[in-house]
Order: sequence, then C-alpha cells, then structure tokens
Amino acid sequence: MKRLLALLPLVLGVILVQILATYTGKQFYLTQITMAAYYSLLIIGLCVLMGYAGQISLGHAGFFAIGGYLSAALTTRNLVVIKSAGWVRLLDACGFLQGGKDSYGGDLLVVTPWASAIFAVLVAALIAVVIGIPVLKLKGHYLAMATLGFGIIIYRLALASPWLGQADGIAGVPPFVVLPGLVVRGDAADRVQNYYIAWGVLLLGLFLLLNLIQSRVGRALRAIHGSEEAADAMGVDIARFKLQSFVLSAIFAAIAGVLLTHFNGGIGPSEAGVMKSVRFVAIVAVGGMAHLWGALIMGVALNFLSLRGVFGSYDDAVFGLILIVIMLFAPNGILNLLASPKKGKVNPAQSETRQEV
Amino acid sequence: MLKIRNVESGYGKIRAIRQVSMHVEPGEIVTIIGANGAGKTTLLATIAGLVKASSGEILFGGQNLGAVSAPKIPFLGCVMVPEGRQVFATMSVEENLLLGAHVLHKEGRAAVEGLLEHQYQLFPVLRDRKTQLAGTLSGGEQQMLAMARALSSRPKMVMMDEPSTGLAPLIVKEIFQIIVRLRDEGNTVLLVEQNAKAALAIADRGYVLETGKVILQGPASDLLNNRDVQRAYLGREKID
Repeated sequence: MKRLLALLPLVLGVILVQILATYTGKQFYLTQITMAAYYSLLIIGLCVLMGYAGQISLGHAGFFAIGGYLSAALTTRNLVVIKSAGWVRLLDACGFLQGGKDSYGGDLLVVTPWASAIFAVLVAALIAVVIGIPVLKLKGHYLAMATLGFGIIIYRLALASPWLGQADGIAGVPPFVVLPGLVVRGDAADRVQNYYIAWGVLLLGLFLLLNLIQSRVGRALRAIHGSEEAADAMGVDIARFKLQSFVLSAIFAAIAGVLLTHFNGGIGPSEAGVMKSVRFVAIVAVGGMAHLWGALIMGVALNFLSLRGVFGSYDDAVFGLILIVIMLFAPNGILNLLASPKKGKVNPAQSETRQEV
Repeated sequence: MLKIRNVESGYGKIRAIRQVSMHVEPGEIVTIIGANGAGKTTLLATIAGLVKASSGEILFGGQNLGAVSAPKIPFLGCVMVPEGRQVFATMSVEENLLLGAHVLHKEGRAAVEGLLEHQYQLFPVLRDRKTQLAGTLSGGEQQMLAMARALSSRPKMVMMDEPSTGLAPLIVKEIFQIIVRLRDEGNTVLLVEQNAKAALAIADRGYVLETGKVILQGPASDLLNNRDVQRAYLGREKID
C-alpha cells in the first residue's frame, strides 16, 4: 500500500501533463510522450539488470526488435494462400487467427494481436535464456561485447529477411485491442487514451520492479553487484539470479517493442540498431544506474526530447556525448549528483571513534 | 560434523592442497594455521565449494559436499565468513544481515527477525548502526557484521577466513573473544588464521598446514607448546 502511494505524485503529474496539453491545444505532445513511455518500459527493465544485478547489455534493442518485429510480421503477413495447411487450421481452431480485408479488398487472414504479442514476448524470453546462459558467465567489457554481438545479429536479420521487410521494415500493423474499449493505435483521436495506456503499462512495470528490488530477490541482486564471491558464500545462486534478471529485462523490452509497434503502426530496422542499445544504456546511466525512478524520469524526458527532434540530426551523437559526460563527471547519475552532499557519505567521525573501543 | 579425507585441490595444474585429512566435531573451535601460501584459504574454499576438490572426500553431516554446488552449501548449514570481510558496502547493516538469512526464506519473516534480533544482542554495535551503509563501518565493525551475517543463516558450522586481517590488536582481541562466546553458545567454528598465537589460544584443536599438507595436528595447547610451532609460527627463537 505504501509503495502504491509512492506512485501517487507521478500519477498526478501524468494527469496534470495531459490536462495542460489538452487545455493549451498542444495535445500532439502526448504522442511523443506515449512513445517515450514505451521506451522507458525497456529502460526500467534494463535498469534492474544493469544497476541492481550489475550486468551490462548492449543488445537490448535486439529484444525490443524481437517483440516488435514478430508481432508486426504475425499481424500483417497474410495466411490466406496457405489456409488449408494443417497448422494454419489448427491456429484458426484455437482462435489465434482473425480475418479481414486488405486495402485492395482481398481476403486477409492474420494472427490476432494478442496471440502475436504473447508469442513475440515468449520468443524474446526464450532467446534471452538461450543467449543468457553462456553469455552471463562473462564479465565487464566481455559481456558488453557479447551482447553487442547479439544486437548486431538481430539488426542484420531484420535487414536481411524479406519476411521482416528488409530495409523497409513492416508497415500497416493493425491496432491492438488490449481490452474491449482499450485500443493501442496512433490515431490522433485516440491520443489521450493511448497516453494513459502507455503510462498505465509503465507504472505497472515500475510497481512490479520496485517491489522486486525491495524483496529478497532484489537484495540478492544487489549483493551480486557488490561482491559475487561473498554473495556466493551466502548461498545466493549467482548464475540463476543473473539469468532471471536478464530474462526479465528482455521481457520488458519485448513488451515495449510489441506495444510501440502497434502504436506506431509499423517498425523499421533502425529500432533494432546498435545505437538504440547504446542510447538505452546511456539513459540508465544518466538516471543513476541503480535508480528506477531516475531511469524512468530520464527515459521519458530524453526520449521525448529526441522524438520531438530537439537534437536534430545529431541525435545519436548527443546520446554518445551524454554517456561520456556522465561517466566522467557523474557516474552515479544526475539525480544522485544533486543529492550527494547528504547521501552516501561516510561519516568519518563515527567510524573513527568506534575503532578505539 | 565435518570430515575431510585425502582431499586434493587447487587451481589448474597447481595443487594447493595435498592429501589433507581433518575433522571438526560439534561445539569446538578448530583452527588451521600456517604461513602465507600454505593453502589455508584454498582449503576453506574447497569446503565451501568455490574450488572443486580433484580427489578425496568432504563429508558434512554425513553428506558429500563434493556433489553439492557452491550456492547450495550454505543451505546445508555450512557457511563462510570470507577473508577481508566482503560486506556488501552499498547495503545497510540490516540488509547485509537479511542477506545472510537468504537461505532461510522458507521459514518466514518471524523466524528471520528472531535471528536478526539474536545477532543484535551478540553485536550491540550493529543495532546502533542498523540503517548505516556497511561500507561506512570501521574495520572491526565490518568484521562483526561479516560474522553476524554468516550467523544469520543459523549455520551448523561457521568457517572464518583470517578474521584478524587488517585490524588493530585491541579489536582482534575483541573479535577472538566473540568467537569464544560463539563456541560457548554451542556453535562450531573452523578458524583459519595467520595469527597463530591468538588462534591457538582460543581453539580446542589445531592443524598446521605447510605447502598444502598437514604437518602437525593435535590439541591447541600441545601445539602452542610445540617447539617447531613456536619457532616457525610464534616467533620464538629460544625456548626457555
């Protein structure tokens, strides 16, 4: 209950922004905030992996792309020509398919958004397990390079595969009816609704992760970050916890990919690009690594600015610069920089006097 | 409680432990002394499963530890206070203790809180610093925290690796008094120390390790009076 109340100021802020935007006639801002909120879902997941478990990943755009591309392909690729095939009929019988008309009036048979979304997220989770087991044995920059390799593979697959649209990506992704009356799509008429759906998902994700890091699991993750050897000696199964947080963050990334793709109505290979992964890492670092709130706020703010085109053509350069500046001058994040005079300081007077007892 | 038979272990081709056999009975302090590089820490790491024994047998409460993975060993009641303390610096004192109780999560909150309360009685200074970050404690306090953290798992046997490292002599004395108190409360302690004199003074029995082999063993008082031990480890050239 207390933790729910902690979210209250954020909820009020979200509502306030919507009212202000509507009142001042600048409702179009909400579109970019919605997109930024979905990216932030990925970022808070990555924050748990990087900040709490202490494992870097330069491949999370890959998981985002797996979620986005799979749900896009499944909900657009027409199965009409092979509808007599056994597995298509089986899927149909299970209720996983839906009919319709394409823009030329032809019959359309595609996988439903819900089924696609669940499949896409499951695939992302499975790939995270398969990649994570060998890769998480690595540390530091070796782990960074291995995950970078994974990110590049996904990017290249998206560029190479005709089924994934190659350089064009996939367009015409249908709206996602999450619940009756709740539709994820980018129409101007649904702006306010989608703004709240995105924030609802993001806040739910934040709430889950806040609970997680306050629990026994979160303590174990921070212990691993502190000293793997000591955590091991305390009976913390390091390999398992690392893998769990890796898979969890991959699931968050895939969900973000699914929802943003339905909101945008399509996805392109740039979403899978390595620079996207670097950007996510940079934002987690700006937010303060082990700081879910910081990651969320910075995730929404920086993505919003980027999506509004504030950084122009220098977009990627700006995020690279941010990463360098943060590492040099505020390795604990901007928010911690503001708070540092009070927090985290050793109290030398106290520890000195104890030594003499 | 602990029975080791002909254990060999090491890193790669280097055999740091050769044919070591030893045992620890419930309720005693057993110390392993020896010079730097004698294999003391490797022996503890082998028992804790961090280094795998290449041959021999390690039985803990009748169970073969060789077949158990490192993170499962604390669940059996065999827990280590690592060398150099290794408290989790960015976590509070209480969180460090809760982490020690990690293995007891199935017993529920009340049991864990009871155990933590017991640690605070043993180490009152930790109660005063409950919410302080462990990294901000003094060396002696960190050592106490590392011990309390290990005890929070309600172990059958505690292994301590060089608890005196880097501490002022007065603090070392206090730490060793606490170890005696732990024994008197019924705990079993396997103590690895370079500070042979202090360790033998509080131990019931001892083993002397040299280049990976046990060269001497017996009641601590015998070892304390042994001429070889005195010459090699207690720094006495002349025996009067």
